[in-house]
Amino acid sequence: MLALLPYSAPIFGWLFPELPRPLYTRASFLDLAVSHAALVGMASLVVITLGIGIGIFVTRPIGRDFAGPVDTLAAIGQTFPPTAVLALAVPAVGYGSAPTIIALIAYGLLPVIGATIAGLTAIPRAPIEAADGIGLSPQGRLLKVELPLAAPIILAGVRTSVILNIGTATIGSTVGALTLGSPIIEGLSGSNPAYVIQGALLVGLFAVATDLWFDELEQVL
Amino acid sequence: MTSESGLSVISPPQAAAPQLRSGAGRSNPLLVLIVGGIAAAAMSLGFVSVAPNRILSGKPVALWSAVDPGVTALLVALIVGLGVSAVLRFGVWRDRFTAIIAAMTLLTTITAAGQAASLVAQASGPIARTSLGPAFWIIAAGSGFALADAMARLTRNMFVQMVVVAIVGGAIALLAASGALSDLSLAREFANRREAYGSELLRHLVLVGGALAGALPIGSLLGYVAFRRPKWRKALFAILNLIQTVPSIAIFGLLIGPLSALSAWLPLLRTLGIGGIGAAPAIIALTLYGLLPVARGVFTGLASTPPSVLDAARGMGFDERQILWRVSIPLALPILVTSLRLVVVQLTGLAVVAALIGAGGLGAFIFQGLGQTATDLILLGALSAIALALAADLLLRSLAAAVTTGASA
Repeated sequence: MLALLPYSAPIFGWLFPELPRPLYTRASFLDLAVSHAALVGMASLVVITLGIGIGIFVTRPIGRDFAGPVDTLAAIGQTFPPTAVLALAVPAVGYGSAPTIIALIAYGLLPVIGATIAGLTAIPRAPIEAADGIGLSPQGRLLKVELPLAAPIILAGVRTSVILNIGTATIGSTVGALTLGSPIIEGLSGSNPAYVIQGALLVGLFAVATDLWFDELEQVL
Repeated sequence: MTSESGLSVISPPQAAAPQLRSGAGRSNPLLVLIVGGIAAAAMSLGFVSVAPNRILSGKPVALWSAVDPGVTALLVALIVGLGVSAVLRFGVWRDRFTAIIAAMTLLTTITAAGQAASLVAQASGPIARTSLGPAFWIIAAGSGFALADAMARLTRNMFVQMVVVAIVGGAIALLAASGALSDLSLAREFANRREAYGSELLRHLVLVGGALAGALPIGSLLGYVAFRRPKWRKALFAILNLIQTVPSIAIFGLLIGPLSALSAWLPLLRTLGIGGIGAAPAIIALTLYGLLPVARGVFTGLASTPPSVLDAARGMGFDERQILWRVSIPLALPILVTSLRLVVVQLTGLAVVAALIGAGGLGAFIFQGLGQTATDLILLGALSAIALALAADLLLRSLAAAVTTGASA
């Protein structure tokens, strides 16, 4: 799709004969896709490390006091509209990709933290006692028993977070980030439906492909 | 969740309150962290930021130079009070004390910001703008969170939590109505758009309501079909999941083409106001989004009826229809209300994006503000959208609690 779209000018010219420039040319679709994926990828890296880290911390004895509040915070935070979070990052750091990354991290963390806590607390007593019985240290028990058992639930949380962030990153182009949303936003403000469709098709495919990839990953686990 | 039962001192109003986690006899490390953060922010960051006009960026002004010394002293005393309550060790009373001090801190901070703005307006005239600074946000968010946490420790009763939210929200509204805050830049943006605000808020509710009117019946039907026809279940949920995967703005965009073509062919649609841009495609897209959570909720709810109950109902001579309406649905009510809450909150958030395709709603202020680099207009839209989503969440949580107690009584 990414490879074919640059040659699709005649098709869009035929579909929308009244438009002088039927194909988005401000930036190449490849650049847009790479920039979009980089934003989501960078944010997801931080989200996964930090989110799983926080989830592990609050389920250990040392961080147990924080479990309830973190849970409350995650529940409250998830009711915030993603666009509002994105918009609130602009006064703090200005326009460009910075507010987008901040919003992606802030918003993406919540499902990962929630899933990590849910996954780690849903483990039955038996395997944990067995791990203690064979003399595993707390770290060993966490790495060899608890995390592998919680992995499917944590992965589901990561999946929710990444898919959500692909969508939020699309809206990031309203605050100046270069993403696949750029043609959509520009098309909407300049009444160029061809741009909108090109952007929408690509970002839709990107999200669906990522989702399918997570499907495969879940099968492997 | 930790539940230490050193807490039988208060009788929880609800029988089902196993999750209270007031650690009696222990200090509160979270509160220590919050108070530390608040104190550091108040000392090092600007409490408000003052700009010569609406567009220029402002200069940060510290708390003690922004407001009267008395107000600064009161705020400092309250923050110290929060710090003291963090290291107290009397379980329930500690949490009650924390809740009261946190609520007072929140209200005092907001009053202080209003006073700072009034002082600026007196000194440099009405064009100067006073915006809320990072220290304000950190104090407000910290005390708000301390309040929420203390309430969560004290009670799981949704109604009590609702009443507390209503009291604090009402006090803020009273402050705003009294004119104490009206010199803040945020309030000026609102005052300049009082009429537009009302109509965009209404528009937002219409978008969400319109989408619910479509998603609830269709989604319920699909959920029922998934429950009755196991063969279709997988394909049905795969398709609905696919719709949820595609980013909202892409769905909005993809609907523009077909809808504008349709309205070009059928002039009747155009006279009804249905076209590629505006409320109609937004409501259609939001309806599509709402289908999955509704269908999944209905399916999960119906599937959760225990087989023994179904057997008993059949034994009593109920037919399938009676079982559905008089057994399965009443039993599924808590799950149904929970999925209603998820749908309403999700749609309230997604409706913000609808402003991009000319459908209006609170998102209009956000995107206008982004376009004009008018920070406080962005804030007006974003805070309103957040408040709306939180209000919907809280209301439907209370409804779920009412349904759950009703069902178990």
